[in-house]
Amino acid sequence: MKNICIISRKELKSYLTSPMAYIVTAIFLALSGTFFATYLAGTNYADTSIRGFLEAGQILILLFAAVLTMRLIAEEKKLGTWELLLTVPVRDTEIILGKFIGSLAMLTGMLLLTFYYPILLMVFGDPDLGPIITSYLGLFLLGSAALAIGIFASSLTSNQIVSAVVAGGILFTLWFLGIAGNFAPGALGELLSYLSLSRHFPDFVRGVVDTKAVVYYLSVTAIFLYLAIRSTETDRWR
Amino acid sequence: MIRIQNLTKYYGKHLAVDDISFNVEKGEIVGFLGPNAAGKTTTMRIITGYLMPTRGDVWVGDYNMMNNSLDGRRLIGYMPEIVPLYTDMTTRAYLYFVARLRGLHKKRTKIRIDEVVETCHLEDYIDVIIGKLSKGFRQRVGLAQAIIHDPEVLILDEPTIGIDPIQVAQTRGLIKEMGKRRTILLSTHILSEVSMICDRVIIIHEGRIAAQDRIENLSTLLKGGNRIRLKVQGPVEKVTDRLRQLHGIRAVSYEKPYHIVEYPSDQEPRGEITEDLVRNGWTLLAMESVEMSLEDIFLSLTTAEVKG
Repeated sequence: MKNICIISRKELKSYLTSPMAYIVTAIFLALSGTFFATYLAGTNYADTSIRGFLEAGQILILLFAAVLTMRLIAEEKKLGTWELLLTVPVRDTEIILGKFIGSLAMLTGMLLLTFYYPILLMVFGDPDLGPIITSYLGLFLLGSAALAIGIFASSLTSNQIVSAVVAGGILFTLWFLGIAGNFAPGALGELLSYLSLSRHFPDFVRGVVDTKAVVYYLSVTAIFLYLAIRSTETDRWR
Repeated sequence: MIRIQNLTKYYGKHLAVDDISFNVEKGEIVGFLGPNAAGKTTTMRIITGYLMPTRGDVWVGDYNMMNNSLDGRRLIGYMPEIVPLYTDMTTRAYLYFVARLRGLHKKRTKIRIDEVVETCHLEDYIDVIIGKLSKGFRQRVGLAQAIIHDPEVLILDEPTIGIDPIQVAQTRGLIKEMGKRRTILLSTHILSEVSMICDRVIIIHEGRIAAQDRIENLSTLLKGGNRIRLKVQGPVEKVTDRLRQLHGIRAVSYEKPYHIVEYPSDQEPRGEITEDLVRNGWTLLAMESVEMSLEDIFLSLTTAEVKG
């Protein structure tokens, strides 16, 4: 547990000292803010919700998860520091979890910065807080699944660009599986829909916390973190 | 302290380490000598737990690195060939991170950072971003990192590669100093480095141990001989023939524009060579001794093996 803390703190610190995180956060806020505002204007300020932000936010979070995680392992491999991490008395699991928690903290920070959207709504209107809270929970879960996928991609390569592209590939495949599910017949269609990252998010937006959806996002997170750990282990046997 | 038994490592089909066995006793400084791609780095990576071998066993202290890697790793300080530095951190932050991962408490970490910074002469660079340090100082940060937890065993992969001569001398001094209380295995492809620092040498070539012995015996091990290079103004063939006839000379060859003369270490034919060339009316433009290269040594070792 202590080792996980040491690694995640180091990752968070290195996010905060690199320009990348600030650029990503700035773009995230600018884009999601624009969508938040235009949606409100579009409903003539009748619907005081954060739907506009969520429409953009769910896709942005996938993109930025791929960007935030691409350096986590790939860069260490390039710098040679991976060899250091793998020869100190720390378990592979602790390394991966440390990196995951570090990036999750960064993502949580980004989400916290968007809290001023609902606060604005509360000041100037009377929003329904239930769906807003569950939406944030949904974004957090979706984000953690996306980060796990990004970390897995990063564990496969020493090239950050390759890592980001692989992560993006997996993320958008899983995202658009839902559309494939619409066309596939019967049980197969349902299965594809269930496996899709996009299918579970609308529940949260409506204010519903479905256990199935929570379990889904947590499973995706766990599976890809496990794959990242395995990929680290097999590196030793290459 | 380190025990290696029948270690074999394949990368896919490529055989990198071929069934090697050796021990490093407590308190010894052992040099791991070999040309590039001889298998030094692979062996060290297996000892430190970074890689798993295809076959064979490695013990560090009482721990088998195959099934008790974590405990084994605690005993080891390791400086890989590519010094593993986070270039966006300061020296202090980096050493702090490594020390904490090595299991040191916060208090102890602070004390140890001060100590290793003094040992490695990094006082003036402790709060400098590592990315701004020169190669030599990065090397020292790498060494500081390796000894931060005061390990019993030090594994150093090419610790003096790529730094300038003055820094090389300093680094060697540092290693000797550190070796007073520790077991050290270091790799190098510089012959003279081994004789300067090490108690014992293990020569590895193409994944196999070609020879191992104490430094004092190294010269006999290397089938002692001297080699000089002559630049002579005169007919090449005739000069070669004449040199061959001189007393105490083992071999003569011509590599344009030099005549290479080899003679056993108990002979001193240089005076005779000079006189003889002059007597024949040829001019000696240059004469210098040539060190036996590692390749020559391996050649002599491996051919000796075949002959024996």
